[in-house]
This record gives sequence, structure tokens and C-alpha cells, in this order.
Amino acid sequence: MKCKPCGGEAVIEVRRHRAAFCRDCFLHHCHEQVRRAISSHRMMGHSERVLVAISGGKDSLAVWDILLELGHNADGIYLGLGIGDYSDTSRTYAEKFAAQRGVSLQVVDLPADHGFAVPDAARATKRVPCSACGLSKRHLLNQAALDGGYQVLATGHNLDDEAAVLFGNVMQWHVGYLARQRPVLPEAPGFARRVKPLIRLGERETAAYCVLKGIDYIVDECPMAAGNRHLRYKETLNEIEDRSPGAKAAFYLQFLDQMLPVLDGVAAAERELVGTCSRCGAPSSADVCAFCKLVERVTT
Amino acid sequence: MQVHLHNPKRDVEVSGPLRVTDLVKSLGLNRESVLVIRGDSLVTGDATLADEDVIEIRPVISGG
Repeated sequence: MKCKPCGGEAVIEVRRHRAAFCRDCFLHHCHEQVRRAISSHRMMGHSERVLVAISGGKDSLAVWDILLELGHNADGIYLGLGIGDYSDTSRTYAEKFAAQRGVSLQVVDLPADHGFAVPDAARATKRVPCSACGLSKRHLLNQAALDGGYQVLATGHNLDDEAAVLFGNVMQWHVGYLARQRPVLPEAPGFARRVKPLIRLGERETAAYCVLKGIDYIVDECPMAAGNRHLRYKETLNEIEDRSPGAKAAFYLQFLDQMLPVLDGVAAAERELVGTCSRCGAPSSADVCAFCKLVERVTT
Repeated sequence: MQVHLHNPKRDVEVSGPLRVTDLVKSLGLNRESVLVIRGDSLVTGDATLADEDVIEIRPVISGG
């Protein structure tokens, strides 16, 4: 198979683009997709300080690497979730990347700093671990961005992540969640701007990017996530994609173009409900924010 | 060829020569959900794998 841009020997095909790429052209393709996402959604400027949420997985390390390659001022933050060996191993990948690139990585540890691990939260709340994990990440990463004076918090959510979340939200018609599912959540009192620069890259592309750039990442799946609904949605969407290349991109990117403008009023109404947590001062639509309630439930 | 798989980690022996797409299909996997790595290099779906190759089939789906 030949590289579409240069005619050299290809190493990866991207069927939704009806193209195959050699190493160098593929890396350029990834950079251009991220550059396009940043530009078209006005995610960040080169003068702004960016904090990148790093898990040690392919997506977060790829987005950090690409932002650095594109000349952004990007530091990393790793949040230890207390998931046994998995957390220890993923942290080593994050630290290895930071050391090799000579960039700053801040480490926050949920058990050490807040007295509980994700498995503890799952037991206490009797809910799936991913629920407490996502809640903790959103709260603590936003707080770290504000405390560190960063204008932007970037995450490694990719096209597959967003398509799967969209699929789940549509299946349940969660209109409020749909209105909030945006590539950029603008800064607001108590919120750093949150951006998703990988929305134009599938996770097969981010994994290939890491392999081709020699970026080591944790390949094993989080043991807490095994069999979760999000994974099942991804498998379903990949079955569709296998038969109809480009289906996932059309589903998600057309949602951004066609549906989000329709939902602007819903998003604005939700923003008006946001007040301040009486305990920690974080934005919250209730008197006590969900993270403070979680901490109380797990630690008392 | 020796084929290394993840989730769960295991090695299986598969006879070559075999096209990459046929190998992935024979293992019941979706080509959108994996990368195929020969040695240190990615290989495209039309590549032919030989009996002596060592192959990793790496999943790309993550659940977080």
C-alpha cells in the first residue's frame, strides 16, 4: 500500500480518509488534524498557558506531544487515582515522557491528598468506578488549572470517545448532557477553559501516533473500566465503522455542526443555574458540589 | 508466526503466509479496534505476514 501524499511505502491506512500514510506523512496528518481542531473551535492561542491532563495512556501523551510540536506552552498534570498497580504503572509512563521531553509534570494523588481511592468511592457509592473517577478528575484537574494560573485545560478525548459519549447521550436523550458535549467549554467564574484537541483523530490514529513517535504508554485497559458501557458503545460504533468507514466522524462532527447550535439555549439555561459550593467554593448547581459530597460519603 | 495478543495477554501460533486483514479476521477482531505491529513497525492491512514473523496485535479502544 502506498502513502497517498508522497507515494512512499505506507505503514497505516485511515479508511475514513480513503488514505494510507508513511510515517512522516502520518505524523504530519495528525498534527494538521489537531491544528485544524484548535483553529476551527478557537481552543487556544500560542501565548496561553495550557495544562494537559495526563493519564499515561496513548491519547493524553499524544495530545501533549502534538501540542508541544505545534509550539504550545503545555505542562502536564498526572492524577493518581489509587487503582493499585495500574496507577503506579501509568504514572511511570507519564513521568518518563516528561523526563524525555524535559517538560513539567505536576502530580496530584487522590488517596494522599483526599483520603480515598477510586475503588473506595465505588464501594461507598455503590456505583460504577468510572462515575467517581470522572467526577474526581473533572473537579481536581479544573482546580489545578485555576491554582496554577493556566488559561486552558486540555484533555485527550478523541473522536471515538466523543462519538461513544454522543451515542450514549442520544440513546438516553440526555438533552442537558448533549448541550454540554462541546469541544470547548469556555472559561467562566471557577472554570478554566476546557478543550479537546483530538476530536478529529480516532483512537487508532492516536495509538499509531505513539507507536510511530516511540512514545511508550500503558496499553492495558484500566481494570475498573473493563466491560463498561462506554466500551460497549465503542465496539458497536466500530462495527458500523468497519462496514461504513467515516460513519463515526460523520455522526460526531455533524452533531457539532448541525445540533449544537440548536442546543445553545439549553446550555445557556444550565449555566444560569450554576452557583458556588458552600464548602470548597467550586462552581456547583447545588449547595454542596458533587465532589465534596463524594468525599464526605467515602471518608465518613 | 507468533502472535501476541492483549486483554487477556496471550500468545498464539498462526501459520503463514497470511494477509494482515485475514489474520485479524481469523482472530475474530475488528480492524478498526487494533493495530498490527511486526517487530517495531506498523503494517497495513494488505501486508503479507510470514511464518517466521513475530506479531503484536495491540488493542486501541480505551474505556475512560
